Amino acid sequence: MTDKTELNATHRELGARMVDFGGWDMPIAYGSQIEEHHAVRKGAGMFDVSHMTVVDLTGERTRDFLRKLVANNVDKLAKPGKALYTCMLNERGGVVDDLIVYFLREDFFRLVVNAATRVNDLAWIEKHAGEFGVSVRERPEFGMIAVQGPTARETLIGLLPEDVREKAGKLGKFAAIEIEGPNGMPLFLARTGYTGEDGFEVVVPNSRVVELWKLLHEAGVAPAGLGARDTLRLEAGMNLYGQDMDESVTPWEAALAWTISLDEGRDFIGRAALEQQKATGVPRTMVGLVMDEKGVLRHGQKVLTAAGEGEILSGGFAPTLGKSVAFARVPVGELGDVRVDIRGKAVPVRVVKFPFVRDGQPMPGIVD
Amino acid sequence: MNDIPGDLKFAKSHEWARVEEDGTVTVGISDHAQSSLGDLVYVELPEVGATPKQGDGVAVVESVKAASDIYTPVSGEVIEVNTALSDKPETINEDAFGRGWIFKLKISDKAELDELLTPDDYAQVAENDDH
Repeated sequence: MTDKTELNATHRELGARMVDFGGWDMPIAYGSQIEEHHAVRKGAGMFDVSHMTVVDLTGERTRDFLRKLVANNVDKLAKPGKALYTCMLNERGGVVDDLIVYFLREDFFRLVVNAATRVNDLAWIEKHAGEFGVSVRERPEFGMIAVQGPTARETLIGLLPEDVREKAGKLGKFAAIEIEGPNGMPLFLARTGYTGEDGFEVVVPNSRVVELWKLLHEAGVAPAGLGARDTLRLEAGMNLYGQDMDESVTPWEAALAWTISLDEGRDFIGRAALEQQKATGVPRTMVGLVMDEKGVLRHGQKVLTAAGEGEILSGGFAPTLGKSVAFARVPVGELGDVRVDIRGKAVPVRVVKFPFVRDGQPMPGIVD
Repeated sequence: MNDIPGDLKFAKSHEWARVEEDGTVTVGISDHAQSSLGDLVYVELPEVGATPKQGDGVAVVESVKAASDIYTPVSGEVIEVNTALSDKPETINEDAFGRGWIFKLKISDKAELDELLTPDDYAQVAENDDH
């Protein structure tokens, strides 16, 4: 059974090529995926991300519950509206999912989790919510549009009623507000994204999502598919759940150490395993690769290093760079000259820091 | 919609073959195939002088989405490859049946051409592929 978002017919009218994505019938591209990518880097593009799962947590002890559930520390969320990127881990320190936590009120936090892991996530959250008296409510009545790119904010703000534009313009990065949208539609406006560009992710009732999409389209925002979303987030150095990490991988092994908060006395799920792995030595690490030769790095290709074999996780062609980049999981140690096995040929690659692209430009050292 | 030139023959695996006036055979991929693959970013061309058999994988086209093997629709000797594709693989997206040709063969068994699909039959294959 394939799920459809409210925008399904709109995508088809626009001539989108549709694919199955985690059980959802979603647009991979409307025309040229590369043009959609550039539209987001240079102007504004929009993605239907209604397949993502909004979960509201309510109850007096919600913050306590989140201190236990997620590996980053929700005490960093001091002001209502602030957002936090984090992983939730299993007892072995493996990543159950990555998600964004929004602090709305002391007794009300909102989570946005991945579509493909929805069932598992909800079961996991509910299993642990009980002892904190927290109620877990999925919100399938909402759709979501990500509007991304250097002109994304001004374009969307231009569609809002005049008296709320200033408020929307002042919204800081990684924060959200509830605000009146065009024609009175209620919006949950978050200055977050998955492209490395500025912009908003907008949660809107299903009944208004097509209307908002059409208004944005008329305002010049280019529809962009999941294909462009993937190349944009890869260039921006952002992990994809299921490809770069899963339940068998710890955040140490997935370049997610920056999301782990080993603050004094907080017993989050998976902490003991993480500390033990750190003490005994993390065996694998995630690195960025750039290939200067022609060809494309792909998920599953073998990576050859002086420290042993690794594998390509997310890999692909980076339109902003005009060459291929990838994340790879490799053994910890001196890597030496690194090569990737592409159809039996050992092709040299460079190990680099990521993100590969920031603010629309290649990072120093990525393109020779 | 069928915009396929009438002088082409097709393999089910979406390659086209055209017999030129001098008897050589030019090979490319169909417009349907390029559209399914999306933006092409790399083409691995066959070696001139190679002698593949019908159905052998001889080239690879890579789009942003995926890598795809190109099988030769007939047996023969590769006599020319479209080197322009190395720098401009997107030519296949722009003109799959023309400037986006991939290689030329000296065919070894003309009877193999009869096994290929007509444009109309191939149009059916492509259409079914979409469902």
